[in-house]
Amino acid sequence: MLALDPILEGPLLWTPLFIIIGKVLFIFVVGLVATMFMVWYERKVVSGMQNRIGPNKAGPFGMLQTLADGIKSFFKEDLLPTRADRIVFRLAPFLAFVPAFLLWAVIPLGGDFSNGNDGTVTWFGHVTRVQLADPPVGILWVLAMSSIGVYGIMLAGWSSGSKYPLLGSVRASAQMISYEAALGLSLAAVLLSSGTLSTAGIVAGQNSLVDWNVISTGIVPFVIFLIAVTAELNRPPFDLVEAEQELVGGFNTEYSGIRFALFFLSEFMNVVTMSAIMVTLFLGGPQPLFDIPVIPGALEGTIWFLVKLFAFLYLFVWLRATLPRLRYDQLMDLGWKVLIPISLGWFLLLAALREFSPDGDAAESLRVVVISFVVAVIATGLFAAALKVSARNRAAANQPADNTGVTV
Amino acid sequence: MSDATFLEFVVFFSAAVMILGGAVGVITMKNPVHAALGLVLTLFGVAVQFVAMQAHFLAAVQVIVYAGAIVVLFLFVIMLLGVDESMDLSIEPIPIQRPLAAVMAVGLVGLVGAAIVRARDALIIAPGDGIATAADAGTHDANIKQLATNLYGDHVFAFQLTSVLLIVAVAGTVLLTRKWPKDVADTESSDA
Repeated sequence: MLALDPILEGPLLWTPLFIIIGKVLFIFVVGLVATMFMVWYERKVVSGMQNRIGPNKAGPFGMLQTLADGIKSFFKEDLLPTRADRIVFRLAPFLAFVPAFLLWAVIPLGGDFSNGNDGTVTWFGHVTRVQLADPPVGILWVLAMSSIGVYGIMLAGWSSGSKYPLLGSVRASAQMISYEAALGLSLAAVLLSSGTLSTAGIVAGQNSLVDWNVISTGIVPFVIFLIAVTAELNRPPFDLVEAEQELVGGFNTEYSGIRFALFFLSEFMNVVTMSAIMVTLFLGGPQPLFDIPVIPGALEGTIWFLVKLFAFLYLFVWLRATLPRLRYDQLMDLGWKVLIPISLGWFLLLAALREFSPDGDAAESLRVVVISFVVAVIATGLFAAALKVSARNRAAANQPADNTGVTV
Repeated sequence: MSDATFLEFVVFFSAAVMILGGAVGVITMKNPVHAALGLVLTLFGVAVQFVAMQAHFLAAVQVIVYAGAIVVLFLFVIMLLGVDESMDLSIEPIPIQRPLAAVMAVGLVGLVGAAIVRARDALIIAPGDGIATAADAGTHDANIKQLATNLYGDHVFAFQLTSVLLIVAVAGTVLLTRKWPKDVADTESSDA
């Protein structure tokens, strides 16, 4: 318990208790507002990219459109399909929604990390962090919560008692299982360079641009993580789970009213939280690039965090507006045959560099890289040869056309 | 009884109810998907017990690996094969299975009970004893570091053997599920 937050050290007083309750409320509100904003932002940016106007009636620039839609969905009829599994059908939206919220607990939303500070701030005479909790397992909490989120989608599809949702949820679970491996392996590269699991520790370790994990792990884990996260979020170009043209609406076809809204919200909230996690892992979270004058250090961290977060949010919208959907076999090929081998190889390279060139000496590092490269080429060659042999065997088995009676 | 121990009891008993309730659910639910969800409840209860004993890493891994990967895979297979219809539990395909399970359950309870009675003094330790916690090492990652030294230092040989076992199991599964090419004679006769 003690490590969760410096404020919990010492006797439990009223002020720390109120600070923590305040933080919980704040995160709850920020989560909801960020999600509402993201829905509006996506619609607006996509409409801009497609030469449309987008939402423009409710509020300035249509910003209150999401709020209006949310209120409307409360009053919509809540349908329960006759063949649905009643309990699981009602449970599934919450299994998707609650983990998306809980993820916010471990993200450092601000704090003074500049000049090697440890990111703590003092509120009402108590030292604390600008994050709800900093558990020792930090980033594993993120993995745990996102793996619980899979249940929401799977069970929603299954409990609907209808075939398109079932197809959507089978696709979803296959996709999420496949990409979780690549996600975990690129995450391992970050943990290797940070040497800690705590999110605050990971941020504190990235205290200059060259220490940002995106650079210190050599960009590849970042790219793989970004692709894997896009797949985990079921965002385009990996949105086979809710491909409208094939599956009506995917796993949430049978849902209506507020239950559908919960799925919709949790999807968009996951986009924001996953962006925030990428900022934390790779771009130094609230770490500043340069010192903004006038604004105090703690607030500055939040500003930097938001700037980086926005870059990712825009990227996700951009991807959606630009890329066509992958075919199912392309999705699986990319996950299993490209991302997992590359991230595993890169992880081994980073580990070798750490072991045999701990001081970062240029000549030694070069030697390690060259040896690793040779090993990688040999391994890839063997793998390719094995694939070739099995492809040839398969072709021979499928058409033993020549009448000489070739054995296979 | 101080407040802390009272709280420990509350946590322990609620987690124990979760574990046992889930376990009973697994064997009594008629629908395989509900049974799998019962299993998830049990695994969560175990994770809560781990947290209560300061083993945070184990708790996280418990949720990620068991709840997040293995049961998801169970559900995936259940859905993919379409065996998610309710079953009549009174029909028993292998007649000896149930009496045998009863005997084994009684034996297991006896064994665990005997072990507890024998080692009662040794078992009464405070939660977290022997586990390096963040509190006493002054650093966040003491728990994980201790685990790593144990796993990759003291027991590295057993660890490697386990991974060999897993690889063999995976290779075996691939081999067993593979569609072997038909015999040439077979295909020729069918062509004719």
